[in-house]
Amino acid sequence: MSPTSYVLKLYVTGQTARAQRAIEQLKRICDEELQGTYHVEVVDVLEHPDIAEDQNVLATPTVVKELPPPMRRLIGDLSDTEKVLVGLNIQPLAVRGGSE
Amino acid sequence: MTHVEKVPTGIEGLDLISRGGFPRGRTTVFAGSAGTAKTVIACQFLHRGAELGEPGVFVTFEESAADIARNVSAFGWDLQGHVASDRWAFVDASPRPGESVELGPDYDLGGLMSRIEHAVKKVGAKRVAIDSVGAIFSQLTDASIIRRELFAIMWSLREMGVTSLVTVERAEGSEVGRFGVEEFVADNVILLRNRLDSDNRRRTVEILKMRGTDHQKGEYPFTVTSQGVQVIPLSAMQLTQGAANERISTGVSGLDAMSGGGFFRDAMVLAAGPTGTGKTLLVSSFLNAAGPQERCLLFAYEESRDQMFRNALSSGIDLEPLEREGRLKIVAMYPEVAVLEDHLLRIKSEIETFQPDRVAIDSLSALERIGSPKAFREFTVALSSYLRAHGVAALLTTTTPMLGTSATEHEVSTVADAIILLRYVEVQGRMRRALGILKMRGSHNDPDLREYRISGEGMTILDPFRSVRGILGGTTFYPEGAGLDGSSEVATSGMIRFTEGA
Repeated sequence: MSPTSYVLKLYVTGQTARAQRAIEQLKRICDEELQGTYHVEVVDVLEHPDIAEDQNVLATPTVVKELPPPMRRLIGDLSDTEKVLVGLNIQPLAVRGGSE
Repeated sequence: MTHVEKVPTGIEGLDLISRGGFPRGRTTVFAGSAGTAKTVIACQFLHRGAELGEPGVFVTFEESAADIARNVSAFGWDLQGHVASDRWAFVDASPRPGESVELGPDYDLGGLMSRIEHAVKKVGAKRVAIDSVGAIFSQLTDASIIRRELFAIMWSLREMGVTSLVTVERAEGSEVGRFGVEEFVADNVILLRNRLDSDNRRRTVEILKMRGTDHQKGEYPFTVTSQGVQVIPLSAMQLTQGAANERISTGVSGLDAMSGGGFFRDAMVLAAGPTGTGKTLLVSSFLNAAGPQERCLLFAYEESRDQMFRNALSSGIDLEPLEREGRLKIVAMYPEVAVLEDHLLRIKSEIETFQPDRVAIDSLSALERIGSPKAFREFTVALSSYLRAHGVAALLTTTTPMLGTSATEHEVSTVADAIILLRYVEVQGRMRRALGILKMRGSHNDPDLREYRISGEGMTILDPFRSVRGILGGTTFYPEGAGLDGSSEVATSGMIRFTEGA
C-alpha cells in the first residue's frame, strides 16, 4: 500500500509564543505519527489575510487537514497528540501498521 | 458635555432620536431578538456610508455575503456594485461545510482580527458592521476567549478610527444580550424589540445608552419598508407652526361663513360625528372646492373610489373632472391591509410624491380598530405632526358615538386647528342634524350650533338652534317658552333630546 500523503495547513498569528508552541507541537506529532507522509504549510494570517479570508479562518492556531478527505479543522491547543489525531481523523502509524 | 461628532445611520428616524446618528469612531451595539431586522439595519448603515463616500466593511457570522447581497437587493441596494467600486468589503465568516473541532482553550481570534484589519485597509473603511456576535458561538464555544478577543477587535477598530455597529442577540424580555458582551464592549447600546400587540407584530427601537451624548428616551416603532428600516419618531417631531393667513373654501358656503371665511391654508380640521351625519359629503365638498391650481389627495379607508364618486354625485358634486385633470388622487384601501406604522409611511410617501394642497382622510377612526390604543395614539400624533409640518390643508373625519369617548377625537382634537362637530338632534320625534365649530385656532368663529340639511345640492347650513342649551353636554334643554329661532316646525316648548348615533 502506498503511504497516505497528508496535506496540512497551520494558521497562526505572527511570532507569538502561542504560534511557536503550535508549530512545534504539530511538527512533533507529524514526525512521530506521519513519518515522511505529510506536507505541512504554516500560514501567518498577518501576512496572508486574504488566504485566511478565503479559508474562513477565525481562530489561531487552526490546523486544516486539506488532504485526504474529509476536510477537517482543529482549533486551539495541540498538546494532546491523541486528540489531535482523532480530531483530524488521522489514524496513528501504529494502528495503520497493525491493520496491514 | 464634550461635543461628540455623529455619523448618519442611514435611518432618518434613528438619526432624529439619536440627535444625529452614532458617535463617530465608537462602537454602537444593537441588541435585538429574532426578527428585529438587525442585518437590514447593519446593511443600511454601510449602504448609507457607501453613498456618502465612507466605505464600509461588513463582517458576517451567520448569512453568507452572497445571501446578504441578494436579500437587500430588494431595497435597491447594490452591494455587489459597492464591492466592485471598493466602497464595501465583506469579511465572510459564515459557517462553511466541513467539520471543525475545538481542542483546549489556547487560541485567539487572530484570523478574524487580521481579516477585518485587512478589509478596512483595503477599502479605506470608515464604517464597520459586525453581524452578529451571537453567531460566532455557532463556530466557537469558549465564551471567555470570545469576550476577550471581541474586546481586542473593538479596541482595534477604535484605534483605526472607524465607526462600528455590532449586532447581538437578545432574548425577548431581557435587558441585555445573551452573551454578556455588549456591556463592557460598547459605550452605546440600542435595544430592538419585537412583540405581539393586538395580533400585529410591533417592532420598536430604544436607545438604552449613548455615552457622552444626548438622545431621545423611550421606545419608537419601526418598520421595514421597500426602502429599508424606517423609524417613526413621535416626540422628536417638531411642530412647525405655519402662519398662513390665507383662507380656503370649505366647499360649503354656510360653513365658510361660520368659520370666518373658510379654513386656513395650513389648518388641520377634524370633522367628528356619528354615521350618516355627512362627514364624507363634507370631504367631497372640501375636495371639490379646490382652486384651479390646487391638488387634492384623499385617503379613503371606508369606501372605494367608485362609491365615493357615486355618493358625491347624488349630492350634486362631480369629482371626476378633478381626477381627470390629475389634480385629485384617491388612495382607497382597507385599514386591515397594513399595520399603523405602514399606513403612516404610506400616507407620508403619497403626500411627498403627489405634493397636494388639500389632504383628506376619511376616516381616521377606521384605522383605530387595527392597533392598540397606544399604537393608535402614537399614529395620530405622528400623523398630525406630519400634516402640520407639511403645511397642507387637512380634513380628517372621525366616526364618534359620543363626544370625548373616541380615541381619535380625543387625540386629534388637542392638535387640530378646528373641530367641526356633527350631531343628530331629536326634536319631538323628528331627526334633525346640528353642526357646530368647537374651536377655531387663530380666528373668531360662529359660536352657534346650526341646523343643516343634506340634499341633492349638497350640504346647506341653516339657522342656529338659538335657545338650545347644553348640547355639548349631551342632555339638551331649552327654557320654557323660548322660541327655537329658525326652526318653525319645532314646538316652542318642551325638551329636546340630543341623540348620539343611530
